[in-house]
Amino acid sequence: MPSRAEAELIQVLDAEGRTREKIDGEIPDELLLRMHRMMVLNRAFDARGMNLQRQGRIHFYAPSTGEEAAAVGSALALKASDWIAPTYRSAGVLLTRGMAPKAMADQLYANRADVTKGRQMPVHWASREQRSISISSPIATQIPQAVGVAYAMKLKRDKSAVIAYFGDGGTSEGDFHVAMNFAGVWKVPCVFFCTNNQWAISVPLGKQTASETIAVKAKAYGFEGVRVDGNDILAVHRTTKAALEKARSGGGPTLIEALTYRMGPHSTSDDPRRYREDAEMKKWGERDPIVRFGRYLEGRKLLSREQAEKVEEEERERVRAAMDAAEKEGPPALETLVEDVFAKVPPHLEEQLKAHVEHRKGHPRGSNGSGH
Amino acid sequence: MAEMNLIQSLNSCLRGEMKRDDRVVILGEDVGRAGGVFRVTDGLQQEFGEERVLDTPLAESGIIGAAIGMALYGLKPVPEIQFMDFIYPAFDQIVNEAAKMRYRSGGQNTCPLVIRTPYGGGIHGGHYHSQSTEAYFCHTPGLQVLCPSDPYDAKGLLAAAIRGDDPVLFLEPKRLYRAAKAEVPEEPFTIPIGQANVVAEGEDVTVIAWGAMLHTALEAARRAAEEDRIRCEVVDVRSLVPLDEATILASVEKTGRVVIAYEATRTGGFGAEIAAIIAEKAIDRLAAPIVRVAGYDTPFPFALEDEYMPDASRVLSGIRKAAEYE
Repeated sequence: MPSRAEAELIQVLDAEGRTREKIDGEIPDELLLRMHRMMVLNRAFDARGMNLQRQGRIHFYAPSTGEEAAAVGSALALKASDWIAPTYRSAGVLLTRGMAPKAMADQLYANRADVTKGRQMPVHWASREQRSISISSPIATQIPQAVGVAYAMKLKRDKSAVIAYFGDGGTSEGDFHVAMNFAGVWKVPCVFFCTNNQWAISVPLGKQTASETIAVKAKAYGFEGVRVDGNDILAVHRTTKAALEKARSGGGPTLIEALTYRMGPHSTSDDPRRYREDAEMKKWGERDPIVRFGRYLEGRKLLSREQAEKVEEEERERVRAAMDAAEKEGPPALETLVEDVFAKVPPHLEEQLKAHVEHRKGHPRGSNGSGH
Repeated sequence: MAEMNLIQSLNSCLRGEMKRDDRVVILGEDVGRAGGVFRVTDGLQQEFGEERVLDTPLAESGIIGAAIGMALYGLKPVPEIQFMDFIYPAFDQIVNEAAKMRYRSGGQNTCPLVIRTPYGGGIHGGHYHSQSTEAYFCHTPGLQVLCPSDPYDAKGLLAAAIRGDDPVLFLEPKRLYRAAKAEVPEEPFTIPIGQANVVAEGEDVTVIAWGAMLHTALEAARRAAEEDRIRCEVVDVRSLVPLDEATILASVEKTGRVVIAYEATRTGGFGAEIAAIIAEKAIDRLAAPIVRVAGYDTPFPFALEDEYMPDASRVLSGIRKAAEYE
């Protein structure tokens, strides 16, 4: 007997990838294939990122393994003019939005080609082109900002919407509650998308909230909350599409809770074996979103097993080429240290840079990066 | 031109800027219908509508967070924090988000918002209606911090802040809201950010201050001239970040003796930064140790407010100390 919460989970595909209802034609074949390919790209990118960190070639990585359907399904519901407020675990969203793997890799390598000029540690992407708010490490700060973007859209009669992404941990932060409250009062075109992967580093969902679901929290703020199987890409896509359409047409915000599972560690600095049971991981491994969707596509005769493997190979190669190219770029120029603090470099920063350049003449950087 | 107090000049500024640029939006608690608890935004909602002058729910992190989002989209938000004492729930959004938005995005995003907030004591406000904690914000790269001392400067600086592309914390000395008056142009105008102002010239002692303390400094300078024949040069900082070092150092070059007066708590106050800069760059010219006259290192007391606040007599003692040192 599923729990009441489980029974209310929106699903389109069952565990074997069969649809519960007739949906043929609802989504064009090209979009279905793109869903698959983007999830595969997401996974390949994460795998390579983890691998490179273990080899010491990049400093850090935070994978979203297991959460691909939540990321890709929601991102594919966006229009070009919509905005996103992602988290550091939103690689799948950014890749789906069209951020090139090379550009993503440049940020990981913090090289001179990086659009963010190597300013932050890996996985803190920022891309104006993808209408993405830049990513910071503190949790949930992007959520009120997304509400502000949505308010501005409404003010300017821009019939676009914003998705604010965050995790289950993020729903404990004050900024989440503040943002939800503002959004309810202002009735703005903001979709609150919670990727509930059930872990915030080592803290499980049960220690994060006493609420039976995250979706129900929307009620307190005066709007609808829905709960979807986050490993069912069709359910995620359909739910997000509906929420975005509602938002764009003036219907206000929606909270979507996408139930999924963080198959990997929080980051390369984390070892989940210290706090998680293998049995739990195994259980969720059987609900792999890519395998499940692959079964659906196979059943629809849209993608054979061999074709799926080919896609995997192609995306792995695409990622490898991007990372290799990024690795070859040099570091950002020293002058960038003092740029972009303000619109114009102020006198005191010009002075500090000049003094530093002078200092370096007498103390060049050692081969180990030190100045001794 | 018209004689305006600080409230009127700020109101005039906001009205003018909202007229000339429809991207300017005001938000905060009680700023709309009630026109602000100090009436600074009085009449603006009636003129520009509820969409552009909005009353927010009670959450500073939401006010600033949402304002950041508006700025990212392309608006020019002017959020109000009702008292500087209440700014801390928004501290993360200000320091970690707004201030770093341009840098962390490699220049792709800008965050042109102006946070207005009344600061400072002298109104029987106690711990939570009197704080002067500009130092926390001056310490944050990427944030401009402005503090006018009079209605003319206030209008010019606020306009410059609104038209600029950087996030600004705009401090309004609340004890001067009604008390300070000046001739202020009715049309919009700006004063450049990053320029201090020598409001009184003198050869003997440089007295550096900002905001409401500027008037305390002027009063002390007047008494120093009258009672001790000490001629003070009074420098109004106006722009804490970016700081006009050149004007300050030129005055120190002239007098060789410095008093820095600030009502914030002494330790780690922004006057300490100014003192360090002067010591670094003008040590050979100094004829006396730098004197700081500041609030004591206590929470802002209610009953003993007049003992806490550095008044003209304390600044005067500081001037004498600097002047008499051999």
